[in-house]
Amino acid sequence: MSDPSTASIVSTPPTEAGSGAPVDAGLPENARREKPRGLLGDAWSDLRRKPLFWISATFILIFVLMAAFPSLFTSGDAVNGALSRSRVEPSGDAWFGYDVQGRDVYARVIYGARASIIVALVSTVGTLLIGGAIGMLAGYLGGWADALLSRFGDIFFGLPFVLGAIVILTTFNGAGSSNNEWYIMALVIMSLVVLSWPVVMRLMRSSVLATKEADYIMAARALGAGTGRIIIKHLLPNCLAPLLVYGTILVGSFIGAEATLSFLGIGLKSPVVSWGIMISEAQNYIRVSPFLLFFPSAFLVTAVLSFVMLGEAVREALDPKLR
Amino acid sequence: MRVSKRASGAIALGAAFALVASGCSSSDDGGDAGNSADGAITVDGTEPENPLVPANTTETGGGKIIDWMWTGLVEYPNDGGAPRNALAESIETADSKVYKIKIKQDTKFHDGTVVKAKNFVDAWNWGAHSPNGAQNSSFFADIQGFEDVNTSDPDGADGPQKAPEPKAKEMSGLKVVDDWNFEVTLTAPTAVFPTKLGYSTFMPLPDAFFAGKAEDFGKKPIGNGPVKFVSWENNVSIKLTRFDDYQLRDKMKIKDVNVKISQDDTAVYSELVSNNIDFQQQVPVSALAGDKWKQDLGERAVSSVAPVTGIIAFPIYDKRFTDPKLRRAVSLSINRQEITDKIFFGNRKPADSWANPLAPGAAPGNCTACQFQVDEAKKLLAEAGGFSGEMVFYYNADASHKEWMEAVAQQVKTNLGINARAEGVPTFAVFRQNINAHKMKGPYRAGWQQDYPDVENWVNPLYVTGGSSNDGLYTNKQVDALAKEAGAAPSLDASHAKFAEAVKLIDADAPSIPVYFSGQQSGHSEKIKKMELTNVGELDITTVEL
Amino acid sequence: MGRYLLRRLLQLVPVFIGTTFLIYWLVWSVPGDPFAGKCGDRRCPDTYINFMTEKYQLDQSIWVQYATYMKNLFQGDFGVTYNNRAVGDIIATAYPNTLKLAVVALAIEAIIGLSAGVLTGLRRNGFLDNLVLVSTLFLIALPVFVIGFILQWLLGVKWGIVDPTVSSEMRFSELLLPGFVLGSASMAYVARVARTSIAENRRADYVRTAIAKGLPMRRVVGVHLLRNSLIPVVTLLGTDLGALMGGAIVTEGIFSINGIGRAVLRAIVTKESATVVSIVVVLVLVYLLMNLLVDLLYAALDPRIRYE
Repeated sequence: MSDPSTASIVSTPPTEAGSGAPVDAGLPENARREKPRGLLGDAWSDLRRKPLFWISATFILIFVLMAAFPSLFTSGDAVNGALSRSRVEPSGDAWFGYDVQGRDVYARVIYGARASIIVALVSTVGTLLIGGAIGMLAGYLGGWADALLSRFGDIFFGLPFVLGAIVILTTFNGAGSSNNEWYIMALVIMSLVVLSWPVVMRLMRSSVLATKEADYIMAARALGAGTGRIIIKHLLPNCLAPLLVYGTILVGSFIGAEATLSFLGIGLKSPVVSWGIMISEAQNYIRVSPFLLFFPSAFLVTAVLSFVMLGEAVREALDPKLR
Repeated sequence: MRVSKRASGAIALGAAFALVASGCSSSDDGGDAGNSADGAITVDGTEPENPLVPANTTETGGGKIIDWMWTGLVEYPNDGGAPRNALAESIETADSKVYKIKIKQDTKFHDGTVVKAKNFVDAWNWGAHSPNGAQNSSFFADIQGFEDVNTSDPDGADGPQKAPEPKAKEMSGLKVVDDWNFEVTLTAPTAVFPTKLGYSTFMPLPDAFFAGKAEDFGKKPIGNGPVKFVSWENNVSIKLTRFDDYQLRDKMKIKDVNVKISQDDTAVYSELVSNNIDFQQQVPVSALAGDKWKQDLGERAVSSVAPVTGIIAFPIYDKRFTDPKLRRAVSLSINRQEITDKIFFGNRKPADSWANPLAPGAAPGNCTACQFQVDEAKKLLAEAGGFSGEMVFYYNADASHKEWMEAVAQQVKTNLGINARAEGVPTFAVFRQNINAHKMKGPYRAGWQQDYPDVENWVNPLYVTGGSSNDGLYTNKQVDALAKEAGAAPSLDASHAKFAEAVKLIDADAPSIPVYFSGQQSGHSEKIKKMELTNVGELDITTVEL
Repeated sequence: MGRYLLRRLLQLVPVFIGTTFLIYWLVWSVPGDPFAGKCGDRRCPDTYINFMTEKYQLDQSIWVQYATYMKNLFQGDFGVTYNNRAVGDIIATAYPNTLKLAVVALAIEAIIGLSAGVLTGLRRNGFLDNLVLVSTLFLIALPVFVIGFILQWLLGVKWGIVDPTVSSEMRFSELLLPGFVLGSASMAYVARVARTSIAENRRADYVRTAIAKGLPMRRVVGVHLLRNSLIPVVTLLGTDLGALMGGAIVTEGIFSINGIGRAVLRAIVTKESATVVSIVVVLVLVYLLMNLLVDLLYAALDPRIRYE
């Protein structure tokens, strides 16, 4: 067993207590001489030096541009095709080939970025905000508030994803309701958030539980810091790490979840294109036309990878413990 | 008709027609009698949706079991030929209105009781009696006195009012003469009536059925066919075994049949390829693409055709679709050949007639609206005044209809310039409910698998006013009159001739769009040396040899 | 500790009632008449729909339906399906199967995820780290049906290394592949969370102290570092058992396993409230107990956390 006296100072070097200024042991010489900065400023100066950050940021910028202005990348038609070129292999004319309906896969991948990225990003942010806030409250307040919030989370946690999604989406988005794509996207996002926040909440709560008894929190409280200040200045930066890690991965799985919903006929509908729709459409042809699966998957993996790398870089910059 | 309820089912209407000799083994002398006698096979199946009662089964999962466990008055030969007597000794009529039916003596139910005329009459009366709520009750509507035992709800199923209790419990048109004879009187002459008698709704029920509750009987059914029930484990398997007292033609050559219940046809296919299951009725789309299944299975692949037509129906109650010219224009703008080639890999055939060509009495190539003529379509569309707004083609997303429906919408869009797209409705229940309530806002996927082999089954239910599946509310007085004359015709040939006239009128109106004729792609294990498929594409277990 | 446990167990009661009602209400509000689609492309006779509606009391208000269901539930009666099978039987056969699958998946996920996490956490930004990152992400990003299909086809059918599907005996060896597929998505989470946790704690003073004391590296990592880095991982694994059981729908389908996922999906589509609620209720109980266990484990793993 480890010595409890050493274990209890797991979280942070003691100097951080009270002032909130991180120790700068990990920074190079010149950085140490600069005047103390806030959390964000510190993080930025840290980030600027990381190639990982720049690479992933560039990719994300490209994907965001793709989502906002797909016509910059392709002049092809993502919606209309001709059966006569069904499943034609990639060639000079069509770099990524044509899908079952004879539509240009390259154009579809580009146009698909929008729905995929918006759904995944907004749902992730929503899940992190709601789950994180409730988890923070539950963990910090403890007692009855914790019990109430945790059990409330349990109720939602128990819902099977497919059931919840079917109900939310079919109730508001039944057949024949010609809702526009933004409305459907909002519904898809809502169901993802409603059904995913309890995981984040439990993650946050456990981090807070582990951190809140730390000496520097005690010290802050002893110095008369208010609840809000303690949460924002002390707890949040120290508990954010697992959340951000989870969040960046969540982006990827949400793109997949969106695919499942589309596959069940309750998610996005044609003519809207998304990578998820493309992947689920390709599944029957994996053996004869693997390129139909390959291209959307490649874009998806690249996008997910970029988000994870960015999240990693940001987290390291934000986390005082890793300095 | 029966519909397959496998959620990820490759083809929603899995059924095929008439296949003799699978060509499975290189030695054509069939199986080894010794192997077969005690042999057992495991076949693919789905969980029955209802207790196993013949008049209450309309889907393939339970229907298959019922078909195997019962033998009816007539049977449909596997080669698709005219129905012939099975349990019936003779069925006689002078006027197509009164039928004298004599059954074979001393055949037995699985519980040892003898099959008598009253087992038929009681079973039919039970099926027709509306408080019993049988799904197939409408099949008895031909029989005199049906409306006395079957009352309809004054405000439909969803309304608050309840249907009045029917006046009688028994139809006046059914009369038991003695143990082996009974007489059926119909409300109007119906030449096709004897043909219908092979459908599972008309099966006899043992006395044990009437002694208890139907739903309890359905857990442990007692039939009179070549196999009897052993056990049913939820979502796992249904076990059947040879009925040794069976006396009719189609005796079992093997002993046990184990129906393995599964929901994913891709999983079943992997088992089939590795010989862990002995028969799969329809291989999945992922295996059909690029004809991979023929490479995977080699001589174990079985290709057949099915009396199933893929149809897109118009909601004629919607003002935008009342003009026959518009409907014809849409139909003519669809390149069916391209769809069957590219989406179905040539495994289905482009539809070119209104009744499936496998149905006796169906004339081939009588659907002029099924041709692909873009110029004519454009002309007709212009005459109809064009189409404004969005034309949405609906399908149920819980079976694989997306690809072909999207292809149809795309062709209508490209060829006619109509703003068309396809949209999936999440579940068949919601889809069907909207169709029943006449709330569809665009052309929608329909499909028809014949209940019994006759062209009548392709006209009356679909295109006659008040037909049981005329959901688009198509109505044409001349068609109604001709169909009525056809029903009353003295012979089946005369009846078919009248139906041909009716179909001409239907063709001009194009109330729906026939798109493809279905095919079935099955496979069996190396263990099975010989087998046949029934007229609806089910495995005929009595022909299996190992 | 005893009082804490008692309080948590008492809290299960409102959660139980809340969840059952929420689920009952959700299934109730799924649009569509459950009997409208039962007769294929022919409309069902009104007499059939009326008969079934009355038999299953679907014409009653949701309160009456829910009350009846709960009353029966407390008498140990889970209700019957629309094909007149006892839901209790379905639960009894399907649950053990899903549980076996989920446990195998959890074990695979914990072993692979943790080792990958520890390795990469100790050697961050090396080649191995990036390799693990990319390969785990690939598993997350591809939907389960694609991974399952490809692995089943290659390993099961083409190369014949494993059985392509699981037989009804549910042998352990047959469950390895489905377990891997089911656990694949969470594996990446476990690896990432473990990596982060390890990386953070590696710089903590107590680790430096341990190293300075001259403890062998294996003991530093095994005893000091791992024990303190496990909390987020344990949370994830604990809550994941429930998620794995509920999320096995696709995996169960691909490998032909007769589990609760398939039963629930079928029941949702057919609006069989009794089946859905009964299965989910048991699932929720699993979640709740696992959560309780995880909370108790916190205290065991981390001396800083105390429950009064």
